[in-house]
Amino acid sequence: MAASFVTPLYGKRQRRNTITKFLSLGATAFGLTWLVLILIVLLWEGFSGLSLRVFTEMTPPPGAAGGLLNPIAGSLVMTVLAVIIGTPIGMLAGTYMAEYGRYDKLTFFVRFINDILLSAPSIVVGLFIYEVMVAQMGHFSGWAGAVSLAVIVIPVVVRTTEDMLILVPDTLREAAASIGLPRSLMIQRIAYRAARAGMVTGVLLAVARISGETAPLLFTALNNQFWSTDLNAPVSSLPVVIFQFALSPYKDWQSLAWTGALIITFAVLALSIAARLLTAQRKQS
Amino acid sequence: MGEQSVVDVALQGGTMVGAQQADRRKALQKLRLNDVIFRLGTRAAAIFVLVLLGAIIVALIHGSWPALQKFGFGFLINESWNPVTENFGAIAPIYGTVVTSFIAMLIAVPVGLFIAMFLTELCPKWLRRPIGVAIELLAGIPSIIYGIWGLFVFAPFLQQYVQPAMINTLGNVPGIGNLFAGPPYGIGVLTAGLILAIMVLPFITSISRDVFEAVPPVLKEAAYGLGCTTWEVVRYVVLPFTRVGVIGGVMLGLGRALGETMAVTFVIGNAHRISGSILAPGTTISATIANEFTEAVGDLYTSALIALGLILFVITFFVLAIARYMLMRLNARVGA
Repeated sequence: MAASFVTPLYGKRQRRNTITKFLSLGATAFGLTWLVLILIVLLWEGFSGLSLRVFTEMTPPPGAAGGLLNPIAGSLVMTVLAVIIGTPIGMLAGTYMAEYGRYDKLTFFVRFINDILLSAPSIVVGLFIYEVMVAQMGHFSGWAGAVSLAVIVIPVVVRTTEDMLILVPDTLREAAASIGLPRSLMIQRIAYRAARAGMVTGVLLAVARISGETAPLLFTALNNQFWSTDLNAPVSSLPVVIFQFALSPYKDWQSLAWTGALIITFAVLALSIAARLLTAQRKQS
Repeated sequence: MGEQSVVDVALQGGTMVGAQQADRRKALQKLRLNDVIFRLGTRAAAIFVLVLLGAIIVALIHGSWPALQKFGFGFLINESWNPVTENFGAIAPIYGTVVTSFIAMLIAVPVGLFIAMFLTELCPKWLRRPIGVAIELLAGIPSIIYGIWGLFVFAPFLQQYVQPAMINTLGNVPGIGNLFAGPPYGIGVLTAGLILAIMVLPFITSISRDVFEAVPPVLKEAAYGLGCTTWEVVRYVVLPFTRVGVIGGVMLGLGRALGETMAVTFVIGNAHRISGSILAPGTTISATIANEFTEAVGDLYTSALIALGLILFVITFFVLAIARYMLMRLNARVGA
């Protein structure tokens, strides 16, 4: 280093640069630390409780041994129903926005509102479904839980469907049109097929998003201590059980809550990693 | 005949006999009908998204009507929350929501921007994607997990090590001392704010990184060519260029923080009062609803809780609308 170039100002700029570089490195380490910490604690606390009986037995009364079978089943059923209800609506809306009205006012407006729904507080969705379903029917129900989750699914699917269809090259559409394929068939046979990986990703992300949702289920599906297949009655779900058990004073319940938390987290992480791998494959090919 | 496609006419139109032509016309009509139905179906679904938002607003207003009628605008500034005398006011939860979100943004915005700077300017190429994905996975962890972790791990840690130190040092500083007064509860406004910071960090990071990456390389190269340091390039080229986008990302994170429910419910302490100290327990709009809704007896109580939900929805609606507007403006400029 030629010492004659090191003026006071230059030195100051270099120092400031070094400091901010370290700060940004530190910030990244800070962010990653939380992920690692949370995962370690989850494994530490939840793994010991993980056994076959977790998946085969019902939630116990305080002080007894038991599992998480009914909340796991409840969560699965409501998630599947929410996807079945929400995905078609989301996909059709996304199709309109990307294929029919890409530049029209309605699309612009829907995109704006959809983005707001995408990050709207989920507890408000719970209140909404409480008002329109639970209060009208007079009782809590698994259907209300499934519909409130569907309301959360819709914006996620709309967004990814639109984004993925826009990525489909127009030449494909023109080729289909030029051989006389009607527009609806062109969309269903050509555009959907080209965007399939991306659209599946959207559904996976939506499932990941709702499988951990607690707030909208608190006063729609409520909770159920017992095995129930009746969707017109309260249904147990994993997040709500975790909420209830974690806040309880009983040690057995708390450790079941940790085990449930471990199951949910790894299911969600697996889903989001799978979704990412799907899109990554697409980009390469 | 005029409605047949050109290819059809060219290939077989001339050779078809009457019966075939009728068949063809039928098939074409069916296709045309399907076409119309499909288009209308997609359009209806798109309109349904708008209806959904409208229905949410109408349902919330309908549900909160009894409370709004009884308390009027006083609901917004009344501090009392008493289910026994049925006297409800929203200011304590609103205060808690605003303060916890403020603490969260105070930490998450600088940290998020620094991570974005690291990922776009400093990080070796092969590490960018793994680190970016890891940070985004933080966003995927359900909020109830943050809650249970905050209650059993983070809050006791704060109570034992961090808060006593804060009370002994910052608590004696004149001016801000009151913010750190009182016993270390572990749970409380500060804890909720810190957990919210961790939760919104990924949103701010990933949007900032995306907008930083949208800066035309030629601008940065020009600055480096003049001898600017990395920090100077970020400070004087990248940040000014992406300012709108960064504000959009920050507002998006703020929208999340305001509405976040489960994580906050675990660690806020659920106390309906406004306390000068950020170490004291408090409550937020969403935590109040989550904690009390199923136990609320009486129409007025339920209605007051729904009115809280309405306030929350209106606040987040405007914050998110501003966020989207800002991000759209940036996109218009970059031409993406």
